[in-house]
Amino acid sequence: RSIIYDRNLNKTRAAEVSYSAFAFLFSEAIQYTQKRVSGIADMERRLSTLGYRVGIRVLELMSWRGESTSKAPKREIRLLPALSYIHTQVWKTLFGKPADAIQKSVENDDEYMIVDNDPPITRHISIPREMSQLNCSALTAGIVEAVLDGLGFPARVTAHSMPTDANPSATVILIKLDRSVVEREEALK
Amino acid sequence: MAVFGLWVINKAGGLVYNRDFGEGLAKLTSNEYLVLAGTLHGIHAITSRLSPTSSSSGAQVIEGESFKMTIFLTATGTKFVLLTSLSNMSADVILHKTYEIYSDTVMKNPFHTPEMPIRTEGFDSRIAALMAAFA
Repeated sequence: RSIIYDRNLNKTRAAEVSYSAFAFLFSEAIQYTQKRVSGIADMERRLSTLGYRVGIRVLELMSWRGESTSKAPKREIRLLPALSYIHTQVWKTLFGKPADAIQKSVENDDEYMIVDNDPPITRHISIPREMSQLNCSALTAGIVEAVLDGLGFPARVTAHSMPTDANPSATVILIKLDRSVVEREEALK
Repeated sequence: MAVFGLWVINKAGGLVYNRDFGEGLAKLTSNEYLVLAGTLHGIHAITSRLSPTSSSSGAQVIEGESFKMTIFLTATGTKFVLLTSLSNMSADVILHKTYEIYSDTVMKNPFHTPEMPIRTEGFDSRIAALMAAFA
């Protein structure tokens, strides 16, 4: 039996992980974090850091796999294709389907929003009333932040619940790009 | 064909969830529910020893004049008790689905402490939807 580090990375590209197994692992990660934090903001920051560490590896793996399958692999250097890459390819790799929507904020030119109507990682989490501002999709926000950093678009990414009547658990991943990114995009136009 | 109530009893015999459906039920205090659940837990344990064959679980259905009580014991010692009218035939199906909902919304919820009273919004809403589907 080969050790895991020697296995071909391409072999597991279509592999699936048990959803329940992940739910239990994530639940334990949240309980572990809860005992060590001082408040909701700290908790979200820790989950985001956890997501960041996942994100850098996801980006590496996706780029590596992309290289081996296509003749001319592309690295996104412009903002809109990069955001589109995240909202379709990254979401498909992580969750099996693209995100539900991507929007540009009307008030600020450096904000974009990725909407997921039913985030799979938080489907079985019920936040108690005292902690209603906590959003465990902070993990996903961390992943997105790492992918953006890796692609060269530093930003601050946070997760917010935006329940609607049709989708009570809809979550918005808010991307606030660094000033330098916006200026660079303007210069390249 | 009505479902009157659902109880979830932990492995120590404590009532962790109790919900009434439908009207016309006697209003009991929470203390009375706790006592009833504890009594049922004891009776269930005794009935598993009363069987003439050695390998028997405790009582599964208890029928009265106007109601039927179906008890589903899980492998971990948790009991799901459904109180229905005598004519209700879907108690087993409902209890199995309840167990599924419990495993999903309660066990995977990081904010729930095992064996403690269930205060999970996900569980409440999915049970309400389940009961509405079987009404």
